[in-house]
Amino acid sequence: MTKSLPPQSLPASLAATSGPTRRNILRAAGLGGLVLGSSSLLAACGGSDTATGGATTGGGGGGGSVKFGVNEARGSGPAFTRLEAMANTYAEETGTEVSLNAVDHNTFQESINTYLQGTPDDVFTWFAGFRMAQFAENGLLADLSDVWPIEGLGDAFREASTAPDGNQYFVPVSYYPWAVFYRKSVFADNGWTVPESYDDFTALMSDMQGAGITPFAFAAKDAWAPMGTFDILNMRLNGFDFHMALTRGEEAWDSPQVKTVFETWRDLLPFHQEDPLGRTWQEAATAMGNGECGMYLLGSFVVDGVDPEVASDLDFFTFPELDAAIGSDALDAPIDGFCVAAGGQDVDAGKAMAAWLGTAAAADAANSAAEAPFIAANDGASTDSYSELQKKSVEVVQQAGSIAQFLDRDTNADLANTVIAPAIGEFLQNPDDIDTILTSIADQARSILG
Amino acid sequence: MSTTTPVSSRPRERRLAPRDRLVVATMIIIPLVLVLWLVWLPALASVYLSFTRWNGFQIGTIEWVGLQNYRDITTIYPPFWPAIRHNLIWLVFLFFIPTLFGMFLAVILDREMRGSRFYQTAFYLPVVLSLALIGFIWQLFYSRDQGLLNQVLGTQIDWYGDPNINLWSVLFATAWRHTGYIMLIYLAGLKGVDVSLREAAAVDGASEVKTFFTIIFPVMRPINLIVIVIVVIESLRAFDLVWIINKGRNGLEIIAALVSQNVIGEATRYGFGSALAVIMMIISSVFITLYLRAVFSEERQP
Repeated sequence: MTKSLPPQSLPASLAATSGPTRRNILRAAGLGGLVLGSSSLLAACGGSDTATGGATTGGGGGGGSVKFGVNEARGSGPAFTRLEAMANTYAEETGTEVSLNAVDHNTFQESINTYLQGTPDDVFTWFAGFRMAQFAENGLLADLSDVWPIEGLGDAFREASTAPDGNQYFVPVSYYPWAVFYRKSVFADNGWTVPESYDDFTALMSDMQGAGITPFAFAAKDAWAPMGTFDILNMRLNGFDFHMALTRGEEAWDSPQVKTVFETWRDLLPFHQEDPLGRTWQEAATAMGNGECGMYLLGSFVVDGVDPEVASDLDFFTFPELDAAIGSDALDAPIDGFCVAAGGQDVDAGKAMAAWLGTAAAADAANSAAEAPFIAANDGASTDSYSELQKKSVEVVQQAGSIAQFLDRDTNADLANTVIAPAIGEFLQNPDDIDTILTSIADQARSILG
Repeated sequence: MSTTTPVSSRPRERRLAPRDRLVVATMIIIPLVLVLWLVWLPALASVYLSFTRWNGFQIGTIEWVGLQNYRDITTIYPPFWPAIRHNLIWLVFLFFIPTLFGMFLAVILDREMRGSRFYQTAFYLPVVLSLALIGFIWQLFYSRDQGLLNQVLGTQIDWYGDPNINLWSVLFATAWRHTGYIMLIYLAGLKGVDVSLREAAAVDGASEVKTFFTIIFPVMRPINLIVIVIVVIESLRAFDLVWIINKGRNGLEIIAALVSQNVIGEATRYGFGSALAVIMMIISSVFITLYLRAVFSEERQP
């Protein structure tokens, strides 16, 4: 993270000038077939099709073609429909031929390294945070600083799109906040109200337990799921700046501050569903939906895990403050968006499309086509199709003082995936072994971050 | 050697037409290049990378770190020793339960009893399913809150989440598939056994059990060896099911999953992952050596 690239005005030349890349070396060694093979495998997973704007192609304006890689399988739901609608609208408006390469979400993520070093699409769906910065630092992403500023995307989004070298490599399209979700009817039936302070919060949790309801639904079968709890506790107890410094590797995992977070978490565990490690987040969402649990700390995608009539009964509040000196204005709100691959066929075509994808028009095209809209990053986008929850999400995020991406989006990927994820699992098995677990994370972090 | 070679063989070698020689050379060189390129080069590259730190992006950033990866793996990397243990449990379990059971089923089904086709299909069906699907099917059984097993038993056991239990849950699901696989291989072997051997044994008055153990089983030696190799390979490359369930964490650590965790996806610990892969390679080669010795010693016998 400390190393940064010199500012580059010509991103296309980045890969060529920054020394031999693995791709080049392997090609030279005659191994290119393997790399190409695996990335075309990725391409083959989805199957491509092409959308072309009929009306404007003849006019000479526009034309050209661009390849668009999306991390949602064809027909996998509203997320794919939105991306497809954006691709079609772009094709119609500019006369560019857009070939869509749709790949299953997890496959896309697991193949990202090979994908970017093989024959990537020009524009592809990706995430803000370290996840973007790591590829930017290694010259795999095209510099988009000449695409910025984009009308309707404020400083916070520009900041989130910036790599440590000071250039932008990302165009945000949507985001979703993490908050404490609950059923309005369950709260109303029991006379519960949204807690304003930590005392309210503990009183509410005891009340729920008294009523035979587990206060928090909780799942950790997916390694990322419990990270949301860590993030919010760390931001409430140690503040946003400490949290970000920790994710950047500037604070130690065996520090007293982190220990406090885990001790607080341990004390809160009795208020959570038991045995989280075998439970999927969908099952936890169901437990909240059917009233077994009172609340669930999750991203707003929780609505996808409950029945539609339950979804309309959902509301949320941000996690209450734990320390008055720190307050409660920080939250996780991961941003999804697009990058342009430095190794793509046509970086300029990619940049042109990325610039358009950041506009309000792109967000509107996506949201008017799909039955479930996303929360657009662009503040010029129409909010007409938003659900009540989404309208509230927009307000909450706009009022938030600081926004983190997510533990596994902000932290070094090696540390997050191979050390922190299993360590949190270990903690949930043995909540009393905090010292051993944190020492182990710190030892490994020293070895990984060097 | 050359002095003992029959005289006739030399002229015959010489008689190879240039065209034939070309064919022979091509038939040797192409597989040789493929083996060197696809097996030996990656294997040696893994050994080299295991002594380095590399994020997989630029060749120039490979950094020699000596034995540090191996030191880290054995000292500060908590999943490693559980993974070794789990792989060994996997091997022993796979060998003693589903393999023997699969052989038993094959012997029974070989009796041509009524409905044996149906049973063959039923037992073999799981083998046809992809492991991704098997992971999903068993999630329906094992889910703590909504799973069939807890509903039927009236328990609240966390089959996939409790690290003391989940390995056995996964092994059971694996066994469900492995049994059918072994059964089919063994059944095919049994069909190939000369009928006259059985008849001779029956004429001599040997019991079914005795016939199997003293005549059929020894005759099946090649199949038995294949079964042993399959079991060893299956237990070393045990990966898919665990990866689908929780990517090899929390009681389900196995070596292959650890290698993948470190190099697949956004994690880019190529050096560290290679060191784990080399350890796996060393363990495998012990079994491969044993197998090859068994095969060659058999070939040498007249």
